[in-house]
Amino acid sequence: MEVSVTVNGERRSADVEPRTLLVHFLRETLGLTGTNVGCDTSSCGACTIHVNGESAKSCTMFAVQADGAEITTIEGLASEDGELHPMQQAFMDCHGLQCGYCTPGMVMAATSLVAENPGGLDEAGVREGLEGNLCRCTGYHNIVKAVLSVGGAA
Amino acid sequence: MIPAAFDYQVADSADAAIAALAEHGDDAKLLAGGHSLIPLMRFRLATPGVVVDIGRISDLSYINDGGDHVAIGAMTTHRAIETSELLATEAPLLRHVAGQVGDPQVRHRGTLGGSLAHGDPASDLPAALLAHGGVLVARGPGGEREIAASDFFTGFLETALAGDEIITEIRIPKAAGVGWSYQKFNRRAQDWAIVGAAVMLGDAPKVALVNMGSAPMRHSGVEAGLAGGGGADAASVAGDDTDPPEDLNADAEYRKHLARVLVGRGITEASG
Repeated sequence: MEVSVTVNGERRSADVEPRTLLVHFLRETLGLTGTNVGCDTSSCGACTIHVNGESAKSCTMFAVQADGAEITTIEGLASEDGELHPMQQAFMDCHGLQCGYCTPGMVMAATSLVAENPGGLDEAGVREGLEGNLCRCTGYHNIVKAVLSVGGAA
Repeated sequence: MIPAAFDYQVADSADAAIAALAEHGDDAKLLAGGHSLIPLMRFRLATPGVVVDIGRISDLSYINDGGDHVAIGAMTTHRAIETSELLATEAPLLRHVAGQVGDPQVRHRGTLGGSLAHGDPASDLPAALLAHGGVLVARGPGGEREIAASDFFTGFLETALAGDEIITEIRIPKAAGVGWSYQKFNRRAQDWAIVGAAVMLGDAPKVALVNMGSAPMRHSGVEAGLAGGGGADAASVAGDDTDPPEDLNADAEYRKHLARVLVGRGITEASG
């Protein structure tokens, strides 16, 4: 069936089977491979994207559910001239990644978390807010530091 | 894992969803937020022939003041509940528990009606509903009926909903100022509760347990002890009359121990 979504500001349509998961639609149909598949069981958060502005695990949505939605993936964060989004820059500056596999999902979860907490976050708020994203390299410390440098309480 | 193939239908109203259920019977499943159903479909533990998407029925997403209760539309997300100012005053236990479900991504998509209809004995929200003494409104071809929370959860992933009924609304009696607590015990972030306990004090104290049997349950023994003024000592019977599951995390005896400890902590916190 026909699915139309706005991905990173661009209208995209394709004919897919209803059972196609949104993450596979993004990666295989639209060729946006920045979104990773990790656990496949809604646990690890590597596939996190924004659906209508809120973080969501794209392995736990069918593409047909997203018909008509606004989607942002990691490819859509940096500006067109290549300047990184502040959260991407913060992950770089704070060394918030090692192997990088969790990073797209981590950054997408973090930007949603910061947007939902305009008053600023403390360390516990960041750690709880990222509980749906697993990282097997960093021990989280530098990820938390990166997120606080963007969205921490003054 | 890729789910088995299915026909996909969008229901744009509750009545359209009911009609689809009536037409396809047991072969159809409703898809709300999908965070219970899609994992089951991916493991092929569920292989519905027809999936009826009710996620676009926007008029089932609301949190309204109903006078003596708060009326919550079945398609209201956990996120909307955990950030509701009305619920902060009138049903703080439910609001808090909604914020304990899964992780932020799950709470953006998951719905109250979907979680309750799934009826998982290890999930958090049924315990909150039971402790609040809530009521579910179910609509089917013959109209609407009310189902008390204590009559709703009938077995493992089984509820009192008929095959052609959907939950449209959840009614939570106002509980401003009533002492409450939710104690969730798990070992890893984001995990299901190994055991959980929801406590609501007030004129008719209610205590509900998570993952202590095949269905979400209230504990009448503890409730009787509380009503009799037993305070935290009422928790000593929290393991009685339960039939907890056994798994890698805990055997039945350990779960009974946890129930006593968590109910005790819950009563103490709710009384503070």
